[in-house]
Amino acid sequence: MPVNSQPTDDIDAKSPLSLEISGISKSFGRFPALNDVSLQARDKEFLALLGPSGSGKTTLLRVLAGLERPDAGEVRFGGEDFLSLPVRQRRVGMVFQHYALFRHMTVAQNIAFGLKVRKRSERPSKSEVDDRVADLLSLVQLEDLGKRFPAQLSGGQRQRVALARALAIEPRMLLLDEPFGALDAQVRRELRRWLRDLHDRAGVTTVFVTHDQEEALDLADRVAILKGGELIQLGTPNEVYENPADPFVYDFLGAACRLPGTVDGGRLTVADWEAKAPKDAPQGAVEVFFRPDEVSFAPADGAGLAGEVKAVAARGPDVRIECLIEGRLFELEAHGPSVPPGVAPGLSLRIRPMRPKVYAAKSGG
Amino acid sequence: MTVEARPISRTRLPGFAPLLVLASAIVMAVLVLMPLFVVFGDAFSKGFGKYLASIRDPDAVAAVKLTLLVAAIAVPLNAMFGIAAAWCIAKFEFRGKSALLTLIDLPFSMSPVVSGLVWVLLFGAQGWFGTWLIDHDIKIIFATTGLVLATILVTFPFVARELIPLMQDQGSDEEAAALTLGASGFTTFWKITLPNIRWALLYGVLLCNARAMGEFGAVSVVSGHIRGLTTTLPLHVEVLYNDYDFVGAFAAASLLASLGLITLVLKTTLEWRHAGELAANRRH
Repeated sequence: MPVNSQPTDDIDAKSPLSLEISGISKSFGRFPALNDVSLQARDKEFLALLGPSGSGKTTLLRVLAGLERPDAGEVRFGGEDFLSLPVRQRRVGMVFQHYALFRHMTVAQNIAFGLKVRKRSERPSKSEVDDRVADLLSLVQLEDLGKRFPAQLSGGQRQRVALARALAIEPRMLLLDEPFGALDAQVRRELRRWLRDLHDRAGVTTVFVTHDQEEALDLADRVAILKGGELIQLGTPNEVYENPADPFVYDFLGAACRLPGTVDGGRLTVADWEAKAPKDAPQGAVEVFFRPDEVSFAPADGAGLAGEVKAVAARGPDVRIECLIEGRLFELEAHGPSVPPGVAPGLSLRIRPMRPKVYAAKSGG
Repeated sequence: MTVEARPISRTRLPGFAPLLVLASAIVMAVLVLMPLFVVFGDAFSKGFGKYLASIRDPDAVAAVKLTLLVAAIAVPLNAMFGIAAAWCIAKFEFRGKSALLTLIDLPFSMSPVVSGLVWVLLFGAQGWFGTWLIDHDIKIIFATTGLVLATILVTFPFVARELIPLMQDQGSDEEAAALTLGASGFTTFWKITLPNIRWALLYGVLLCNARAMGEFGAVSVVSGHIRGLTTTLPLHVEVLYNDYDFVGAFAAASLLASLGLITLVLKTTLEWRHAGELAANRRH
């Protein structure tokens, strides 16, 4: 069930850097990688394609780069038919997951490559190329490493060279395939902010593929969530986090607790807890989702889900509380540093989800 | 598995190892070094003058020239074919890929005599195209063309086999990157693909060349042994040996052996000088 986003009126198809993807399908042999995906990116937007592996996000990126030809659909960039352009004329800056630096060239040669392969009439002079390379090296803070070979660089440095190389051709669109995938957590966080700054300064439209929901929510203007080759939801990080379109998205965007329940009229019932049902809740058998840190605790004679505390552990700023609810063990979280009153191992209490989300139960599930 | 654990695997050899090393050294000496000494020893057995005369013999000179000519045609063709095949297999997915891989290996598993016989069956006087070729006065069998064809078939896999694993390992990301940066297909091949495989290519060409010059079986079938015309160096050795001209036979053999030694030196130099670079490529 592809949930194609409606073209929003504030997207101007004529603005030079707006991207419009409509009805893209692509299969490899019998394996469908993309199924009727439509979405838009605004002028100079930072768009994240988020999904688990096999969701088709990288395939979509390669379609945009021109490295894969879709079976059906259309891509317009600044109003221009993008699919009819060969790769080399699209002027997209692509950063590959493993950087794909030219291993037999120095860092400076890597960055200069895109300028040097231009047609003679459009090719900058040697001194112009050198200046540009120097500018880019300082932009990515690698001024002294121009003469090194890629094999002599660290992962983070390689990634920045790959970015500089992609920026050298003054791309209209930046495509990043899991740009932080091969880096360790520390470097990752540092580069994230830096990349966002770079995007803002470069004035390009950026499409960025990741399987890390935290990264997508932190960096992007909008997030497109893909699953099994279909677009499930498109929205700002806040929209998708606050209002996940379906259980998959809810689950994918963060830790989730789920319990079966029923909605009857305006009332939601989960086990012996009854509450006002959320506005758009479906009727009948439902699945109730809540985030493990969005709960409040009440004494055993209060209102909420009946639970029994099994273990309590303070972990840095948070307190983890293992609770048995409806015969299932849940790992709940409270923001510490102190343990909420009335919560201790062996005690019975009531747990009230503060913002439960309700989805129709899958038949047979 | 930590990195520090690695040097520990280079422990001292156990007590009986020197014995094994000695044994293999003896075997090598008997099987490899002794024949080499015999070849050069017999070649010079009647003095240096006689050796020089054997080498300067018009038939010997013709054989050397023919050998070089055949290699000069067969090796570049196989290098081109090898690059093309490795490129297809390593960078693209297509139907029948594994069949092509198997086919490339066929000359290795087939007796060279068969590789020669194929051409006789096709182009010989009694072959499929025999009458047509005779009518049009085209000679393939018992001529240089046949020798080249037989050599190409036998040395078919050398370059491709050397390149395929390397190119598969390198993947096609760098080429894709070059394309997105605006390079044409030709520029991408010339500036990215070729430099990345240059040492492996040279290595493959070297092996291919050694085999092309030394090939006996396949060439023997199509040659017809016409002295001074269709005898390559290995065939020349056989002809002289059958004539009881031992000095001549060993003199010619010493030339072949020298070719082999030169190849070995080049190959070792290549491995020694570019081992790091190749290893870095594979780790990348």
